[in-house]
Amino acid sequence: MTMTKLQLITKGLIKDNPTFVLLLGMCPTLATTTSAINGLSMGLATLFVLVLSNMAISAIASLVPDKVHIPVYIVVIATFVTVLQFLMQAFTPSVYASLGLFIPLIVVNCIVLGRAEAFANKHGVIDSALDGLGVGLGFTLSLTVIGLVREILGSGSAFGFKFISGDGMLAFVMAPGAFLVLGYLMVLFNKYLAKK
Amino acid sequence: MAVKSTLTSMVVCLTATCLICSAILGGVYAVTAAPIEKVNADILKASIGQVLPEGCEISEAMELEVGGLPSEYYVATKDGETVGFAVKSTTVGFGGPLTLMVGLIPGGTVYNTSVLSHSETPGLGAKCTSDPKFTEQWKGFDVISKKLTVKKDGGDVDAITASTITSRAYALAIKNAVDALAAVPAPCSEVSAGDAAEEMIGGNDND
Repeated sequence: MTMTKLQLITKGLIKDNPTFVLLLGMCPTLATTTSAINGLSMGLATLFVLVLSNMAISAIASLVPDKVHIPVYIVVIATFVTVLQFLMQAFTPSVYASLGLFIPLIVVNCIVLGRAEAFANKHGVIDSALDGLGVGLGFTLSLTVIGLVREILGSGSAFGFKFISGDGMLAFVMAPGAFLVLGYLMVLFNKYLAKK
Repeated sequence: MAVKSTLTSMVVCLTATCLICSAILGGVYAVTAAPIEKVNADILKASIGQVLPEGCEISEAMELEVGGLPSEYYVATKDGETVGFAVKSTTVGFGGPLTLMVGLIPGGTVYNTSVLSHSETPGLGAKCTSDPKFTEQWKGFDVISKKLTVKKDGGDVDAITASTITSRAYALAIKNAVDALAAVPAPCSEVSAGDAAEEMIGGNDND
């Protein structure tokens, strides 16, 4: 691997974007993007776990016997998720109220375990942290964009600021809208990538 | 690259991982337990304050059964007189449990309600916390003369557009709270509270 530190971050944002290119972590993507704020918070929560678990796993990878590496990684990831849950409950109760249900699901988010398996256990701590940061930012960006589009179409507001009175197209706030918006954004994103 | 997978190395590795992770979790819990408790207490206090008249004293939590589930209620007093009750009531909404704080004043009137927690659909059922057309109707809602079911079911409750299930659950939570309070034996030390509870029972008969 001869990637520069900057490339480590940017590849997660665009070329290996977890949501639009790798299609990982679809459950939180579809479920939590009912508004831009929710998408952003979920993205940041995952970013937090990704960076820390990548660092911890790259640090301990050489000490873990092969046959038990998955359970060890899952325990490490689950620990960080639970830490995050405690912190959110204590210091950002309003975010926790709207996302609380989905926070424990970060444990089984394919992105987190995927990065641990594909990157962190073969690279150094700093590179792994940067990789986690890049993928986490890519995830955050995707979720925020999906959330923003759904919020504008479905509720007539952006980041909670209402600029169209009335209800908007409610379908976009519900599950079918999540699939529609995700699909169209994926098309746009990949068209842009193909052009490059 | 990795350590060879022998029974010993695997057991040692898993045990060590679990021990270290538990220690970290224990540490974080010890630090955050107090703030979490404070946040939850604040939310509860704010919701009680919202559903009862201002400037009254709130009692400690007392147990009662609401809709067959253990719950709690609070008595509000002002100058020694009972001015209201706040009852915590949980029903099942569209997306999961819907927990309300219901403020009732003696004589069978709802003072106000507030949502403690819910998992309703954003933009639809979640409007039960914000849609003024829905939330304002509870202020002064007379549970004796009006029926606590949505208009679709022949009651007097204006449902949220496209969220009948949430509205039904909301109305049921209030009805359960009213019924539960009526079933509470009157506290013997407080005569006025006893009167109020009896009036609640009276209101219940007319339902």
